[in-house]
Amino acid sequence: MLALSALCVGLIFGLGLLLGGMTDPAKVLGFLDLAGGWDPSLALVMGGAVSVGVLAFTFAKRRTQSLLGAPLHLPTARQVDRRLVLGSIAFGVGWGLAGFCPGPALVALGTGAPKAVVFVIAMLVGMRLFEILERGLK
Amino acid sequence: MTINWEAFTPWSSLGGGVVIGLAVAALLLLNGKIAGISGVLGGLLRPRSGDFLWRAAFVLGLVAASWIYRLIGPLPALYIESNYFILSVAGVLVGLGTRYGSGCTSGHGVCGLSRLSIRSSVATMIFMTTGFATVYVVRHLVLR
Repeated sequence: MLALSALCVGLIFGLGLLLGGMTDPAKVLGFLDLAGGWDPSLALVMGGAVSVGVLAFTFAKRRTQSLLGAPLHLPTARQVDRRLVLGSIAFGVGWGLAGFCPGPALVALGTGAPKAVVFVIAMLVGMRLFEILERGLK
Repeated sequence: MTINWEAFTPWSSLGGGVVIGLAVAALLLLNGKIAGISGVLGGLLRPRSGDFLWRAAFVLGLVAASWIYRLIGPLPALYIESNYFILSVAGVLVGLGTRYGSGCTSGHGVCGLSRLSIRSSVATMIFMTTGFATVYVVRHLVLR
């Protein structure tokens, strides 16, 4: 049941990314290019998502169990540390270079675009590298 | 700053954002999970029992979204400007950076801002600023 709902949610999330324009790296770079002809569209994607999200999290804060009976734990980390800062810088550089962040890259992978396939493989290599740096080769 | 009004798509972007927000709400309220894509995907690379299936299903849903979209209408443009070398470097940076920083545009951006987390707001400001700076350097200094 939880897997089925995750599958449907993944689909809906992906449809939202497609509709919003996030899956087109050219559009993302148009948003990140403040000094060129700026396309503010993606600020509206964020605005639309957060306005619904605020309601959901406000409701979820009072619960310890999801509607399907799964445990509901909200993140507890609060510290702004070196890992957060350096990681976010590296992510921002990669995002600015390619115009892809993880969600849209996975959606683009589904279209079979060869460049999206290469980006996703490289992203998985980066994530695997993190596991190796954190936990050693296993 | 000049705004490119021709490229501006306020309604579809706002609508797409609301749909993303609904997905975030559904994963939170049904599965009790944060829809942070780098976290969901990264967790697949160190599987723990009972934690694998929902992650794989969520990722499959994302990958399959364009197949469903196509049933309704033509896919929106998807133009990837960067060459393979840049894409590979960028991919590794995105993978490593989002795991190190514990989140990406969805986890820190959408979910973090929605729950008014200072830590996520700082992360979002950092990767947005770095993204702006990177595009500035590439488009206006290097490729000028």
